[in-house]
Amino acid sequence: MPPPATFSSSTAAFLGGMKSALASVFFLVLAGTYIGMGALAHDFGFSPWWLALSTVLVWAAPAQVILISALGADSALIEAAIAVTLSAIRLFPMVVALLPLLRGEGTRLRDLLLPTHFTSVSMWVESIRLLPGVPRERRIAFCNGLAVGYMSTAASFGFVGYYLAAELPPLFAGALLFLTPLSFLLSTARNAKAMMDKLALVLGLLLGTILTATNVQLDLLWTGIGGGTLAYIVHRLREAAA
Amino acid sequence: MSAIWTDLAPYLALVLVGYLPNEVWRVFGLVLARGLNEDSEIVVWSRAVATAILAGVIAKLIVFSSGALAGIPLGVRVSAAACGFLGYLTMKRSAFAGVLVGEAALLLGGWLVVR
Repeated sequence: MPPPATFSSSTAAFLGGMKSALASVFFLVLAGTYIGMGALAHDFGFSPWWLALSTVLVWAAPAQVILISALGADSALIEAAIAVTLSAIRLFPMVVALLPLLRGEGTRLRDLLLPTHFTSVSMWVESIRLLPGVPRERRIAFCNGLAVGYMSTAASFGFVGYYLAAELPPLFAGALLFLTPLSFLLSTARNAKAMMDKLALVLGLLLGTILTATNVQLDLLWTGIGGGTLAYIVHRLREAAA
Repeated sequence: MSAIWTDLAPYLALVLVGYLPNEVWRVFGLVLARGLNEDSEIVVWSRAVATAILAGVIAKLIVFSSGALAGIPLGVRVSAAACGFLGYLTMKRSAFAGVLVGEAALLLGGWLVVR
C-alpha cells in the first residue's frame, strides 16, 4: 500500500511513517520475533530493561540473539564481539543504498544520523519500497516515523515475551522463531522487482546454505559479495545487450 | 552469569560487545554514502550485496536452526517455507498471506512428526 503522495508537514510525514509501520507485515513479524527474544533473555538471566535497551542501541535481531546467547553462556567477550560484528556487515550496504534516497538539497549530515542508526532489515525493506512514493523533502521524517513505529513495537513485545517465557510449548516456540526467516524471505521476494534483486535473493539462499554446510569462515560475507556481485554482473551484461 | 558480574557489567557489555561492533557498519555506510546518488553503480551493487547477505541469513535460520526451531525436522522447515512462498505467489503476492500459510504448514508438519 503506497503512502499518500504528499504530507503537509514533517510531523505529518513522521506520523505517516509510524502508521505504515503498524500496518505492515513487519508489525506481526517484530511482535513474534521479540516475544521469542524476550523468552531468550529471560532464560539467560537478563533483566527485561536490559533487553529493551539492547533493542534501542543494537536494533538488529540477529546481533541481539548472538549477544544474549554469548553473554549469557559466559563466552569470551572478544568472541561475542566478532560474531556480532560479522552479523552486522549486512547493515553497511543497506545504509549505502538507503541514504541517497533520503538526501535532498540542503540535507545536513546530522539529519542522516538517526536514519543511519535506525537502518535494519524491516526498516530498510519497507523504506526501499515506500520512499519513492514520498516527496523527497519529507522522506527523512517518514523514515524516522517508520523506524520509531517498528522499534517501539519490538521493545514492547520484548517485555511480553519475557513474562510469557517458559509458558510456551516447544512447537509454538519453534513457530515463533520461524516467523523471522519466513517473513524476511517473503518481504524480500515482494521487494525484488528488478531481475538483479531476484537473482541476488536466489543466489544468496543457495550460497548461504552451501557455505554454512561446508564450514567456510565468514560465510555471510562471501555469500553477500559472491552472490551480490554475480547478480550485479548479470544485470550489467543484460543492460549492455539491450 | 558468573559472580564477578555486578549490576552494571551487563550494560557495559551491551555497549562494548553489542552496540559498538554492530553500529560500526552503519557508520561506515554513512561515511561512504556521502556524495553518492541512488543510481550510482556502487549503490546498485550494494543493494545486490545487501539482498544476498539477507538471503544468506534467511537460509541459515531455516536450514541451520537453533533453539526450539531445531526441534522441528529440517524437511518440515524447508517444506513449510516452500508452502509459504507458494501461498505468497498464489494470493496476490501478499507477504502476510504467505506468512500465515507457511506458519500453518510448520505447525501442522511439526505436530504430525511430534505426535
